[in-house]
Amino acid sequence: MPDTVALRHPRAEALARLLGLVAFALAVFAAVLLVFGKDPLRAYLDVLAATLGSAYGLSETIVKMIPLVLTALAVAIPGRIWLINVGGEGQLFIGALAATGAALHLAFLPGWLLPVVMAAAGVLGGGLWAAASGVLHARGWVSETISTLLLNYVAVLLVNFAVFGPWRDPEGVNYPQTAELVPAAILPALGTTRVHLGLVFALAALVLWALVMRRTRWGLEVRAIGGNAEAARRAGIPIGRYVVALMFLGGGMAGLAGMAEVSAIQGRLRPSLSPGYGYSGFLIAWMARGHPVGIVAAAFGLAVITAGGDILQMTQALPGSVVNILMAVMLFVVLGREGARR
Amino acid sequence: MAALVRSLLSGAVLSGAPLLYATLSELISQRAGIVNLGLEGVMLVGAVSGFVAASHTGSAVVAVVVAALAGGVFNLLFAYLVLARRANQLATGLALMFGGVGLSALIGVRYVGSQIAGLPELRVPILAGIPVLGPALFAHDALVYAVVPLAVLIWWVLRSTRWGLTVRAVGENPVAAFAAGRDPHVLQYQALFVAGLLGGLAGAHLSLGVARTWSEWMTAGRGFIAVALVIFARWHPLRAVGGALLFGGAISLQLSMQARGVPISPFLLDMLPYLLSLAVLAVGRGRHRHAAPGSLGRVFQGTP
Repeated sequence: MPDTVALRHPRAEALARLLGLVAFALAVFAAVLLVFGKDPLRAYLDVLAATLGSAYGLSETIVKMIPLVLTALAVAIPGRIWLINVGGEGQLFIGALAATGAALHLAFLPGWLLPVVMAAAGVLGGGLWAAASGVLHARGWVSETISTLLLNYVAVLLVNFAVFGPWRDPEGVNYPQTAELVPAAILPALGTTRVHLGLVFALAALVLWALVMRRTRWGLEVRAIGGNAEAARRAGIPIGRYVVALMFLGGGMAGLAGMAEVSAIQGRLRPSLSPGYGYSGFLIAWMARGHPVGIVAAAFGLAVITAGGDILQMTQALPGSVVNILMAVMLFVVLGREGARR
Repeated sequence: MAALVRSLLSGAVLSGAPLLYATLSELISQRAGIVNLGLEGVMLVGAVSGFVAASHTGSAVVAVVVAALAGGVFNLLFAYLVLARRANQLATGLALMFGGVGLSALIGVRYVGSQIAGLPELRVPILAGIPVLGPALFAHDALVYAVVPLAVLIWWVLRSTRWGLTVRAVGENPVAAFAAGRDPHVLQYQALFVAGLLGGLAGAHLSLGVARTWSEWMTAGRGFIAVALVIFARWHPLRAVGGALLFGGAISLQLSMQARGVPISPFLLDMLPYLLSLAVLAVGRGRHRHAAPGSLGRVFQGTP
């Protein structure tokens, strides 16, 4: 029935679906808060006021959005050929570790070059960390889902090892952290806010990825593998090489997020680098189904939720990780709908 | 030396027991054809509800029952999504993990740091008197003693009972099971509920038997290690016993090295179980593939 199809505007429908999903998840989370004797309306108003109610709050939300766009890409890029990368968190930590290493050992470089080298180190670190899982998968040894998950724990421990051990700031006394990075290693920020150049990195990466997918032979082959891996293999596309390459690119994006956090937000390496950006990126990529605009929108929403965790901790005496419930409900709704439609 | 062997072995058994419960949980799911990456969340829900029940009732039995039921019910949410809503198993499992992390943090917020007596130690008369081996093997809590017989029971159920054979048939080929007059989804719901009970027990043993306290995300990836152990055990409950003991040994070795002040960073030692998981999977590559249930990860969608 072509008439009915024409009447349904796909964009509007997608938007309505997204809003319905968010409303449902918020309602479920409100019910959970009620059961535990908290006032959900108060909680939501607190979070909204603190994140969107002021220019400062909004800028801080955008600050949180930057790593989320990158970690969502870390999931979406390998996800294009149905690889499930759950290692964004670990790749972010390794990227941060590598970038810090560059900043500590190459501090003599001029101010325009040092951040570039750090970004390259971050991409390389996160990328190689993920590519290892890609190799294990391409060889048919270990599923990339399991290996990326297990490597998250190893990555966090490596960062802890560095900041408690060889890189520990001797003047930090009780804080496990490296010494403050030299001023040249700090990414410039926008005006008086903490919004930094990482925003440009993240959006550029997103646009570049979309262009490569649409306009290049390489993107065509990736889409062919994503469409039908068996047919692509018979057409002579080296699938194993693409598996490793896409894992590298995805991990590199998460690594870049780690570099940006160290360079622009923390100014040094700390184990409390990420409130689970890598895991949130997974949710964003699934909600947006890898679509670039969807990634930006979902990353903004998740940035509000991430900030919300801190706010609920302060105003409602709730553990910050309760926002994981909200994330889980959102994922349940997305996944449940997607499966039922198949 | 004897003291070292005793503490290592005792620690391996104590740390291996929750891993074995978790591995058996994942094994039953996977034998029914479902990969459950949400086990981590199920364990956390079991751990916190057991801990809360123990601090309120003071009864270890009630706590263990509550933990198992909480795990079972929580896993039914996963079952509903992957079976009735046909949601992607891997992603839904991860969502379940997030949900478990958040829910357990919320339930346990007032219990962080509080200590409980936990499961009482039951010394087996006579056997506990054997030098070295006795205290290492026969001075534990009831959940430790129960786990190996449970593995044998599960092996027997899957091998010789009508229910076990049907569950396996569903995991191998749901269409054939359906043609033989079974409803694959009903059996998978049952299997996932049982798996949830076991996941809850795994968590309960962590909070009530091993740590005797509650802290956020205290499972620290053991749910994922269990998934690796199932593959390592090639989906066989008795081989899972050996695997869990090996991993318990790795955890115990790391703890005793730290206690003895071995000059290696504790953070590097902590990596051991995760790296070992990857290593055993990579080494056992290929060998385990033909042991996997035929329809693992796919969901029965009705006959074409």
